[in-house]
Amino acid sequence: MHAINHSRRNFIKNTGALALGATLPLSLVELAFADSSQNFSFAYISDAHIQQIKGSRFVHNWDRGLIRAVAETNLLTPKPDFVMFGGDLAQLGSKPELDHGAEIMSALSHKVHYVMGEHDYYLDLGEYWEKLFGPQFYSFEHKGVHFIVLNSIRTYDEWTFHRWPSNEQRMLEMAGLDNPNSSPFMVGEEQRKWLKADLDKVAKSTPIVVFSHSPLQKIYKGWNFWTEDAEQIQAMLKPFNKVSVIYGHVHQIQYNQIGNISFNSVMSTAWPWPYPTTYAQAEQYLPKLTVPMNRADPFFERDATGWQLINLADGRADLNYTLYNNTERTVAFNPKTKRPEDKAYQAENSRIPPQSHY
Amino acid sequence: MQYLWLILLTGCLSAQAQGVDQARQAAKPAVQTSSVEADKLLGLPPLSIPADNPQSPAKIALGDKLFHDKRFSLDGTVSCSKCHDDNKGFTDNLPVSVGHHGLTGTRNAPTVINAAFAKSQFWDGREPDLEGQAKQPFFNPVEGGLANHQALLDIIRSDAAYLTAFKEVFAVSDKQLSIEQVAKAIASYERTLISGDSAFDRYYFKGDSSALTEQQQRGFKLFIGQGRCVSCHIIEQNNALFTDSRFHNIGIGVTAIQQDLPPLIQAFLDAKHKGGDVDKIVLTDKKSAELGRFAVTQAMNDIGAFKTPTLRNIELTAPYMHDGSLKTLKEVVIHYNNGGVTPASAKVNDFLSGGIRPLNLTDAQLDDLVAFLQALTSPQYAKAIATAAH
Repeated sequence: MHAINHSRRNFIKNTGALALGATLPLSLVELAFADSSQNFSFAYISDAHIQQIKGSRFVHNWDRGLIRAVAETNLLTPKPDFVMFGGDLAQLGSKPELDHGAEIMSALSHKVHYVMGEHDYYLDLGEYWEKLFGPQFYSFEHKGVHFIVLNSIRTYDEWTFHRWPSNEQRMLEMAGLDNPNSSPFMVGEEQRKWLKADLDKVAKSTPIVVFSHSPLQKIYKGWNFWTEDAEQIQAMLKPFNKVSVIYGHVHQIQYNQIGNISFNSVMSTAWPWPYPTTYAQAEQYLPKLTVPMNRADPFFERDATGWQLINLADGRADLNYTLYNNTERTVAFNPKTKRPEDKAYQAENSRIPPQSHY
Repeated sequence: MQYLWLILLTGCLSAQAQGVDQARQAAKPAVQTSSVEADKLLGLPPLSIPADNPQSPAKIALGDKLFHDKRFSLDGTVSCSKCHDDNKGFTDNLPVSVGHHGLTGTRNAPTVINAAFAKSQFWDGREPDLEGQAKQPFFNPVEGGLANHQALLDIIRSDAAYLTAFKEVFAVSDKQLSIEQVAKAIASYERTLISGDSAFDRYYFKGDSSALTEQQQRGFKLFIGQGRCVSCHIIEQNNALFTDSRFHNIGIGVTAIQQDLPPLIQAFLDAKHKGGDVDKIVLTDKKSAELGRFAVTQAMNDIGAFKTPTLRNIELTAPYMHDGSLKTLKEVVIHYNNGGVTPASAKVNDFLSGGIRPLNLTDAQLDDLVAFLQALTSPQYAKAIATAAH
């Protein structure tokens, strides 16, 4: 018959609460701070790219991705302590896009902290965004962890203020990939000064979590998987024992360790990078790109997108990726190797080899 | 088709070892009608028979009798065939089925025709096979309503003809009777209810271009193109079951309960965690029923998701969808054209499958699609229904 399945795969132990896919890492909770009441989790939604077509028409696919992430986050039991939004709420930074995105986000029954993305910024340099969501960079404390939010997608003043005849063109140029007219992201001098002052007040033993939109490391300049002053930011974070940097922008799962700093990316609710144009049978609103990639199930517009639940245990961030129609993934800090690792795909011999021919 | 023929033959041989005369008698028609059988199966894949439940004519006959026996219910009115009526395409043409004392469940009776090919049974796939499925409705509080297996076995034991048949088929005495044997016999009977040979099958698999009207041919193009139907209602190179055997939230049922979802999900998980039986919960609680596949897997991906049904004989099995909420095929294609919402003005549910989106089909195109769906009827069932109507 259908008696309950008690396996850990399906249930959070003894609570009957909604399990997060297959892999909510219960055992990690036991790695915990000495005082386990200090462990907590938060949800992270990012890169919704709400895009206006005309008037009240918005791209259906991107709307549905954010709506679904919000609805699923609202089902979490126990509730996460707060929700982060990782930037690129809008596609071209317009009021209608930011308003429409804010309206979808308003269904969340949690406190939300926002990060600025370049798609939110380069139309009016964050003016309307600030009215909706507050300052572009700030810090806050939560249960013994120092959280820092940076606007990491600024660039050289010359490019921002003097190069383009219109704000709209500036926005479009920065939104392009492999675009020679684009300019590398950076945190910039103003925020570096602020960051130094902010960090001066924090004990070196306090766990630090930095949220940025772009990776605070240099991966691929052509798509701005890049922050020009990454080394300077890393140097400021170096004296702290436990540092995590969590970033959006890349629409794929990345993780890395540089010295004492753990890097994790989050997924987009809109589309994965790279992304194929196959099988749409409808007008596409995807940015043009150079390297398409197979997806498991191209029929499902939500495939290879998702959101994440992040556990903060012992001051380290463990990311649990909820990926629609896909196997859940977990990237957790491994105290033995002292770096983040994918729980399922870390072993070389268990990887699926990439496709090398067509 | 050869494969099935082989199975029948093997079944006959093993049956001969058990009950020679009856098996030989029952095998005769199968031999004589083999070429007709082959036509009947046009468009179907080979049917796999479980190793532990081989077909035999005696077992099929026993299953047939059990399937149609009303005594296996609390008030003696509910047989399997009450909701899976031979004369109604093996469904009941009701929105949701009616059990003992007029009690209603929460789900639309799916046709048994070609259910043998399904990779899981029930709308939420909570049983893996026909044997597992057959054991549930007798005991569901709003279907057969029997208290337990014992109640059912007592009815069988009171009937000498049954005892003889079970002894012949399963070599068991009345004391050794079990629900497992009942389920196996019913499943064996259901594995004979397979049928292809629709106008579409003759058009597509036999190359008979006159089998479909021009409108139906236009509908077929839409089915595999702009309508996006074929992505879930799959057509293979040499057969078509019109299902992907997967579960999708297509905006039926769940749309009405979306405001209640967080507390409803919590309450359901609590009930299940305390040992609640999914079969009983989902057929007796209207709101929990709409959780769909989630009730089985507890995966967020499955909230409001139901199994893709076959489309074979869809013309005969109105009303439609897991809750019977759409009366006509036109209403069904309009629902998909709306992007998974009925009426079009209702709020699309947050958990809608990523494959469902507005299709921008014209009214004439929707009619073409409906015409194509009407080309999926097996002639033997169309005839049976025409006869029953007279």
